[in-house]
Amino acid sequence: MKDFIIPDDTDMGTPAKEGAPVSLIIDGFDVTVPEGTSVMRAAAEAGIKVPKLCASDNLEAFGSCRLCAVEIEGRRGVPASCTTPVAEGMVVRTQSEKVRKIRKGVMELYISDHPLDCLTCSANGDCELQDMAGAVGLRDVRYKAPENKELANHFATRNTSGEANPEWIAKDDSNPYFTYDPSKCIVCNRCVRACEEVQGTFALTISGRGFDSRVSAGAADDSFLTSDCVSCGACVQACPTATLQEKSIIEMGTPDKSVVTTCAYCGVGCSFKAEMQGDQLVRMVPYKHGKANRGHSCVKGRFAYGYASHKDRILNPMIRDKIEDPWREVSWDEALSFAAKRMRGLQDTYGKKSIGVITSSRCTNEETFLVQKLTRAVFGNNNTDTCARVCHSPTGYGLGQTFGTSAGTQDFDSVEHTDVVVVIGANPTDGHPVFASRLKKRLRAGAKLIVIDPRRIDLVKSAHIEAAHHLPLRPGTNVAVVTALAHVIVTEGLMDEAFIRERCDWDEFQTYAEFVSDPRHSPEANEMLTGVPASDLRAAARTFAAGGNGAIYYGLGVTEHSQGSTTVMAIANLAMLTGNIGRKGVGVNPLRGQNNVQGSCDMGSFPHELPGYRHVKNPEVRDLFKEAWGVDIDPEPGLRIPNMLDAAVHGTFKGLYCQGEDILQSDPDTKHVAAGLAAMDCVIVHDLFLNETANYAHVFLPGSTFLEKDGTFTNAERRINRVRKVMAPRNGYADWEVTQLLANAMGADWTYTHPAEIMEEIAATTPSFAGVDYALLEEKGSVQWPCNEDHPDGTPLMHVDGFVRGKGRFIVTEYVATDEKTGPRFPLLLTTGRILSQYNVGAQTRRTDNVVWHEEDLLEIHPHDAENRGLKDGDWVKLASRSGETTLRATVTDRVSPGVVYTTFHHPDTQANVITTDYSDWATNCPEYKVTAVQISPSNGPTDWQEDYAAQASKARRIVSAAE
Amino acid sequence: MAPDKMIRMGNQIAAFFRTQPGIDPAVKTLEHITDFWEPRMRQQLRDYVADGGAGLDPEVIAATKMMA
Ligand code: SF4
Ligand code: SF4
Ligand code: SF4
Ligand code: FES
Repeated sequence: MKDFIIPDDTDMGTPAKEGAPVSLIIDGFDVTVPEGTSVMRAAAEAGIKVPKLCASDNLEAFGSCRLCAVEIEGRRGVPASCTTPVAEGMVVRTQSEKVRKIRKGVMELYISDHPLDCLTCSANGDCELQDMAGAVGLRDVRYKAPENKELANHFATRNTSGEANPEWIAKDDSNPYFTYDPSKCIVCNRCVRACEEVQGTFALTISGRGFDSRVSAGAADDSFLTSDCVSCGACVQACPTATLQEKSIIEMGTPDKSVVTTCAYCGVGCSFKAEMQGDQLVRMVPYKHGKANRGHSCVKGRFAYGYASHKDRILNPMIRDKIEDPWREVSWDEALSFAAKRMRGLQDTYGKKSIGVITSSRCTNEETFLVQKLTRAVFGNNNTDTCARVCHSPTGYGLGQTFGTSAGTQDFDSVEHTDVVVVIGANPTDGHPVFASRLKKRLRAGAKLIVIDPRRIDLVKSAHIEAAHHLPLRPGTNVAVVTALAHVIVTEGLMDEAFIRERCDWDEFQTYAEFVSDPRHSPEANEMLTGVPASDLRAAARTFAAGGNGAIYYGLGVTEHSQGSTTVMAIANLAMLTGNIGRKGVGVNPLRGQNNVQGSCDMGSFPHELPGYRHVKNPEVRDLFKEAWGVDIDPEPGLRIPNMLDAAVHGTFKGLYCQGEDILQSDPDTKHVAAGLAAMDCVIVHDLFLNETANYAHVFLPGSTFLEKDGTFTNAERRINRVRKVMAPRNGYADWEVTQLLANAMGADWTYTHPAEIMEEIAATTPSFAGVDYALLEEKGSVQWPCNEDHPDGTPLMHVDGFVRGKGRFIVTEYVATDEKTGPRFPLLLTTGRILSQYNVGAQTRRTDNVVWHEEDLLEIHPHDAENRGLKDGDWVKLASRSGETTLRATVTDRVSPGVVYTTFHHPDTQANVITTDYSDWATNCPEYKVTAVQISPSNGPTDWQEDYAAQASKARRIVSAAE
Repeated sequence: MAPDKMIRMGNQIAAFFRTQPGIDPAVKTLEHITDFWEPRMRQQLRDYVADGGAGLDPEVIAATKMMA
């Protein structure tokens, strides 16, 4: 393994500033830094470390410890260098007899109230207090207890006369991942500031004053677990002592090396240092130079990696003749030849197009590329799809039509320049937590927020954040609401005409303007339909149009509708209308769900597109791949996931290779998915665990985790980040190797020896990746595509000088009601979502301690609807739609409007997708997860379906090991 | 694919293009279906239209008749 050389990680003491250059002299050296920089940081830039305890370069300076005192010519006293900004011509001395004495005194005071158990302390070797004691040359502590009195301290459990020390507080072990040991706290306030400034949760405070000051989570009787803490780890990271410490460090000791890699959970794509002891992972620490996360993380990436070593992981290949049989553990050879023979046999009997693949949005770009290559070059058809079908396929279509590319337009840094943020159908604090923290920071600095969501998501109102407008629309009316916003902007003349004339097709704009100006698109005319008060909608439109840089962020609440693609176009219209495209702080930003869903789309996972979003009907593109792969590419689009299942039920689709995707749990209308899978003769599941889909599989190929392979993930900003192997695959092979083995068992002759070679093939065939290779990624850390001759350093902002398609295109967006309607039998609308601690189908997070935050899926219901049905908080309820029914427990809350209920889909025993229907987006077949007409009634136990399902699942999971 | 699902999918596409100014919705519906529907699905649609195409919007029927 080649370790990436980690750039300098030195803590510069205070944050970087932007400003005019200022020159000063520090210890005789000339230093020039931007205006506003602290003296401490300026010294650090010159390589001079000023001792410090309360400062850290990801937090604003606080100036409480006084350890960083320096002398400045012409100023009296010894100012704190962390809080003193540089000035032109300043002359600073960081070392002198005077400051040395002061620093020693400060340290002596700290140490007098700190236990001296360094050798057995969990932070030994990784403690700033220890380092500073060394740096200032502290040799003895002279404080003595006054006559007849104890010297008060916080760390001794008992005083010398054996009485309990009232100042001592026991350790708080409540958080599953870290501990808080108050006896070691130096009250530097770094944790409190990290929770406020970096994470934005405000869970921590300093209670008491002076000697009595203590860090506390939540209110007086709260622990970390019961407080508002979301376990992001920022405070643990900030703490200079062992007070806040990862439990894994306490157990295992300090790491001996670290490797930079990328989180495998969500589309934010945070960079982490995987800190290791040999091949054992000790902890994951957010990487300060990671351009997506800038040193921050959420509970999933930071702590929830335990699934990688969970006992449920399947490490040996398994096969069975029929899904009624138990699994049989076999060798890789046997499993692969069994699979290859079956798949080829199916093609012989049912034709070339009777088999296909599902690529994984959790695997690397290189792995996804190979899986779609498998179907195109080895199976000889285009039957490939990926989970993006069920999430952002409408983004691809909608933005492609309006702007000419499906690409999100900004990088995450852009939010720092935004004045008005619109969040539509997304819940960033749960779904994209690190982006949410960055957004909240900007909101606290004064940017305005408009939330368009049926639910009162946390962003609407939380600590120090309040949305200027919340438009709680009825699920399914996105197009009507966004079009009404455009109506207000156009009829009130708030559009950016200069931008439209220069950048868009003016004739199309005229037609569009006429369309939206029609009074039937006014907020007043739509109020009954959307449930959004017209005056609120008008106010929101004015705020967005007139408020400066406007950026729109959206998620699956936009796409997962029968008019998902139309809403995406409506959003694009809105951005063009207000000139909010092509610079920092603006743009249209799809928040993508899974870690590599962007990449899986880029890599040609869709059945109509070769890598780089080029339709299979184009002969030049097919020729390019024919050249590279030596086979003819099928010119016809292949089957999408729902089509595969339909064709399976029909008997024309018989075999599926499904990598890292659990369609039985994640896709809508579970019964239909199960029927489709059951009708196939060869389902190959390639995964870490026996997931739900595997209940219907004939071949199980064990997968590897992101810690066990090399590759790249592409996040929601189009940023290509490296994934680096830190340990050998426990199952024996990285996933790209498994796909290669399968391809070769089916007669291919692939000879990749490293993912870097696959990336070379991607770059050679895909223009937007032409400039990407592993050497560039080593050098730059990450790069945003398009990266090619025109953009050798990648492209943080899209459409800067013109749209990819030339002129931006306004598209008429008429609201069309979904067929999914409430009625007497199903009077409520169900919408679905997710929560912070769990991820997607939960296969990974349910196998970590994250379950302490979410043991089960709950149904949110408005008090009014609950009362009508005689339901109380915590009651079991039956949730029924025309597709099916399930039971779960209710939580009564006014977060949802009357008439709307909400749940998550993280747990297989709830199976929210038994309820969802097979309705889908008109353009892309993206399922309409977000709107299902349902009824709710009291219940006392699982439904028949749940019981049958559980019985089938446990039967399908039996394994006979090779030895038996 | 169940016929009612096929009908709904086809009609949904036509419903969008019907709202678009200055185009022939049947032609656009045809283009969309050709770009995104696998041949088996198109064949099913053709067969269904040959059988009368009950429930399909006129644009979908017109599009299907134009199919090669
Ligand atoms: S883990 Fe995060 S949310 Fe919890 S107290 Fe620390 S900084 Fe705040
Ligand atoms: S817990 Fe750590 S970071 Fe927080 S005040 Fe105490 S020593 Fe400082
Ligand atoms: S889950 Fe998302 S936000 Fe959390 S650490 Fe991973 S990439 Fe970052
Ligand atoms: S580091 Fe400057 S006062 Fe603490």
